[in-house]
Amino acid sequence: MSQPQDEEMDDAPTAPEAEDQNGEGEGEDEDDEPVQQLIRVLPGATETAASFEFKEEDHTLGNALRHIIMKNPDVEFCGYSIPHPSEAKMHLRIQTYDDQNVQDVLEKGLDDLMALCDVVVEKFTIAQEEYKATAA
Amino acid sequence: MAPLLPSQEELDRRKVVGFGLEKITNASNSEYPDFFPGETGFAWSVESFKKNFRVQIHELNPDESTFSLIGLDASIANAFRRILIAEIPTLAIENVFINNNTSIIQDEVLASRLGLIPLKGNKEGLRWMKWFKEAKDGEPGSTLTDYNTVVLHLDVQCTWQEKGKELFMKGETDSNKLYHNSNVYPSQFTQQPIGRQADFFSGENAVQPVNPDILIAKLRPGQVITLTMHANKGKGGDHAKFSPVATATYRLMPKIDITQPIIGDDAKKFARCFPRGVIKLEPVTVGEAKRKGSGYEGQEGNLKAVVADPMKDTVSRECLRHKEFVDKVKLGRIRDHFIFKIESTGQFDSDELFLESVRLLKAKCMKMKRSLGEMTSHV
Repeated sequence: MSQPQDEEMDDAPTAPEAEDQNGEGEGEDEDDEPVQQLIRVLPGATETAASFEFKEEDHTLGNALRHIIMKNPDVEFCGYSIPHPSEAKMHLRIQTYDDQNVQDVLEKGLDDLMALCDVVVEKFTIAQEEYKATAA
Repeated sequence: MAPLLPSQEELDRRKVVGFGLEKITNASNSEYPDFFPGETGFAWSVESFKKNFRVQIHELNPDESTFSLIGLDASIANAFRRILIAEIPTLAIENVFINNNTSIIQDEVLASRLGLIPLKGNKEGLRWMKWFKEAKDGEPGSTLTDYNTVVLHLDVQCTWQEKGKELFMKGETDSNKLYHNSNVYPSQFTQQPIGRQADFFSGENAVQPVNPDILIAKLRPGQVITLTMHANKGKGGDHAKFSPVATATYRLMPKIDITQPIIGDDAKKFARCFPRGVIKLEPVTVGEAKRKGSGYEGQEGNLKAVVADPMKDTVSRECLRHKEFVDKVKLGRIRDHFIFKIESTGQFDSDELFLESVRLLKAKCMKMKRSLGEMTSHV
């Protein structure tokens, strides 16, 4: 398991770092408020293992996303952290099995979480209507 | 190798957080793929979530709701709770322009008190309103318009009542008999609708305090408060006055298993270890008394302890402090049964707020997904 990952590590930094600079120049220094890039990949990422940095996010999305991504059988590891309490940033680490792309896994996680929200709204609305019908 | 299939009993057992006298067991969720070697399952699927997730409503009032969400992970329940407290936008007084304040309460203290007063108004109008961005780091903020600022006025002057002075000379001390306007209340606010605000906020629907009788300041004859307030939309994360809830909490459903019979005086003592209504006393039936090995032999008609309503329990573990009960009862909490309690401050209904929190979590994911899409398209 560890073998292929280590091999990929060597040639990885070039790609994410280049992308890093692209994303950074627009977002960070001039204005951090506007709708700019909210996610960035931290240096050292490979296809199957990456850390993402989310701006203006905290435990609310971090822990929920961690849970839902851990439910994905293609995922070997998922964890999140808030590196410093006075910086509004959340780091999410994903490592996948085989040839699963981490970004696809993250996207699936977001999709799954949205689907979950839809189910909660649907079921809550039904329960609400039932309760109001019996109470009336 | 065929995947191992855990029995339903085993699955139920895994859902219970055990509460011992000095320790808790089985505290974290194990419902992840590959958590137990050889087992498959627990992968996310909308279908299975839909099948297992349940909502039970216990109480639904505009200002307070309790309901159970069953079949969720703590991380999701906590996300809803956090969004309720810190991220649902509401309207609150943000700027106070004091024209005159000769009361003994200082301007800044008065402004702080005014900010904390919960406001209500036409809900459609409140949703229609937009953020007000304050000028920061040389960047211009939003301009004041009808869709980001509600203007309220407060203009009170304390005066003597007609016979107030006479009464005062006679030693009367009741300020209600001596003065007009000696107490300043939010009910004295007046809203000045601007532009399109008139369509939403008029008459009953005007922006006004939820509680008209919060004491803001006290005045004596000759003292005046004249001020203008600007109310903006904000988030609880920025200031607690913007939080739409007084409390939004959840607790896990308690579980009490009586493993061996508790009969007679012991049963009464056992019931007293719990809040009222959790344990009830029932006579041992003829059938139970006849059944060998049930522990009820020959006890027909005597009272036994039965679990009536575990939801009322606080899991105080008091019963475990008594030696006679230690081996006869198992305490726990069901890990995926969240009993939510939401108290609204009055701007929105408490059940609306919950739905809003779920929608906000979805919106957050949507925003991140878009951002992720942009990031990958850059490469």
